[in-house]
Amino acid sequence: MSTFTATDQPPAPTAPAARRKRRVPYWLLLPGILWLLVFFAAPLVYQASTSVQTGSLEDGFRVTWHFATYWDALSEYYPQFLRSVAYGATATALCLVLGYPLAYLIAFRAGRWCNLLMVLVIAPFFTSFLIRTLAWKTILSDGGPVVSTLGSLHILGLTDALGVTEGHRVLATPLSVVCGLTYNFLPFMILPLYTSLERIDGRLHEAARDLYARPLTVFRKVTFPLSMPGVVAGTLLTFIPATGDYINAELLGSTDQKMIGNVIQSQFLRVLDYPTAAALSFILMAAILVMVTVYIRKSGTEDVV
Amino acid sequence: MNPLTRAARVLRRNLVVIAGLGTLGFLLLPNVIVTVFSFNKPNGRFNYEWQRFSTDAWTDPCGVADLCGSLSLSLRIALWATVGSTVLGTMIAFALARYRFRARSSVSTLIFLPMAMPEVVMAASLATLFLNTGVSFGFWTILIAHITFCLSFVVTAVKARVMSMDPRLEQAAQDLYATPLQTFRKVTLPIAAPGIAAGALLSFALSFDDFIITNFNSGSTVTFPMYVWGSAQRGTPVQINVIGTAMFAIAVLCVLVAQLAGRRRKRS
Repeated sequence: MSTFTATDQPPAPTAPAARRKRRVPYWLLLPGILWLLVFFAAPLVYQASTSVQTGSLEDGFRVTWHFATYWDALSEYYPQFLRSVAYGATATALCLVLGYPLAYLIAFRAGRWCNLLMVLVIAPFFTSFLIRTLAWKTILSDGGPVVSTLGSLHILGLTDALGVTEGHRVLATPLSVVCGLTYNFLPFMILPLYTSLERIDGRLHEAARDLYARPLTVFRKVTFPLSMPGVVAGTLLTFIPATGDYINAELLGSTDQKMIGNVIQSQFLRVLDYPTAAALSFILMAAILVMVTVYIRKSGTEDVV
Repeated sequence: MNPLTRAARVLRRNLVVIAGLGTLGFLLLPNVIVTVFSFNKPNGRFNYEWQRFSTDAWTDPCGVADLCGSLSLSLRIALWATVGSTVLGTMIAFALARYRFRARSSVSTLIFLPMAMPEVVMAASLATLFLNTGVSFGFWTILIAHITFCLSFVVTAVKARVMSMDPRLEQAAQDLYATPLQTFRKVTLPIAAPGIAAGALLSFALSFDDFIITNFNSGSTVTFPMYVWGSAQRGTPVQINVIGTAMFAIAVLCVLVAQLAGRRRKRS
């Protein structure tokens, strides 16, 4: 903490006013950074220590450097880990496919409707997301319109065979959980996509068309590469929360769709096995950090190519 | 031209419009359902199937126990979390946007990490801190948790605005013999205000609607999202839909009024 206070001043002799001025940023930072150190960084240290403790709720937990907790947690809950990554990645891909046309529409085709469409994208946020997620229970219910439509088109038989749905129903299957995740994080994809699309100079499109590029070629060679910052930001903003989410799996799924967030939540709040919950949190954090780093590296080089 | 090929051509030209509007429909469908089902009169405890039209819930929105209590608690927490995170975040944003100092990159990382981490990890670690230090869960732990995760979003919003500001405006004020305090009050603050407002609005919305972090740090205190979560197990009263619909209507109304006011000001 001392790095942010006056002890860190360079020794050069200066006039008092200049010295006072140099201290300004440190005073501005002090309260907020202290807050984050106490309530964000320190908790992570506590959690690290908890993850290597053993004991019971009655006798208390003690640090015993019991690293086996990590191994045990991973070997017991790896299906939930893999499922979380699979659901998170699928939902992110769906968000990109669904969100791109809407962001494109708002950026290039909406004209004077641009503001209204923007408001409509943000508007769902004004209703609590839990209430909206519960509404999917109605939409996807067994006697509901989605199930009867998919059933009459004989799509449910196909998805049943693929294991995406079960027993001719949508609710409490992987499909409903991924649908909920896609729905909940879609605006986080659309907004950064829109921001980067809106910055594109319209004359670049004209130039491409003047050079006899077909619409699809214009998109592939000009629009999409220039929107890469939005694609990267959007996929990160969707993938990270979707992978750690447990609300959709709890409300729209069954016990067969439990994600790693559900395990952490129940270990922490119901089983009260704090070391396992802490170890799982750290594994999740590390896994996401690694995936995100690799992804940013890769997308960075693709951007240049 | 054959009308069928013409239709096909129109369809192909507007493919992106159709796909975009389809996505918009997907985004808004649950809101429609929430609104429609606020007029439902369910048979059992759950409000998932349409039975018959009724305005019972609208005439008695606080008719179920604890619902309005949880709502006012959420509003109070969101208000204080907004105040706390906006003050702390704005100060950090000014320091980052305006000054060169040591440990700048570590500070940036410390701001970025809470946003890049799955919420459940942050929630569990903060709860571990409170458990280990013997702090009892309740209003204060929720408030602390909310300020912590809203802070980074305020910093990002305000920093973007301050960075895009023309530094010559402040130099001009100083050339005109304004004191540093006067310059800040009359020039810097008004220009940064939209960024601060955006950050504050964002933290209010994030805090009011937060579930995961509250779930871990609330103890037996019930905020509005906690109430909805519990009701998914116990039975969903229609009043939840009424409150969801009312919030939606009020917010959309506010946005429209703000836009109209902005347009009028621009004209005059």
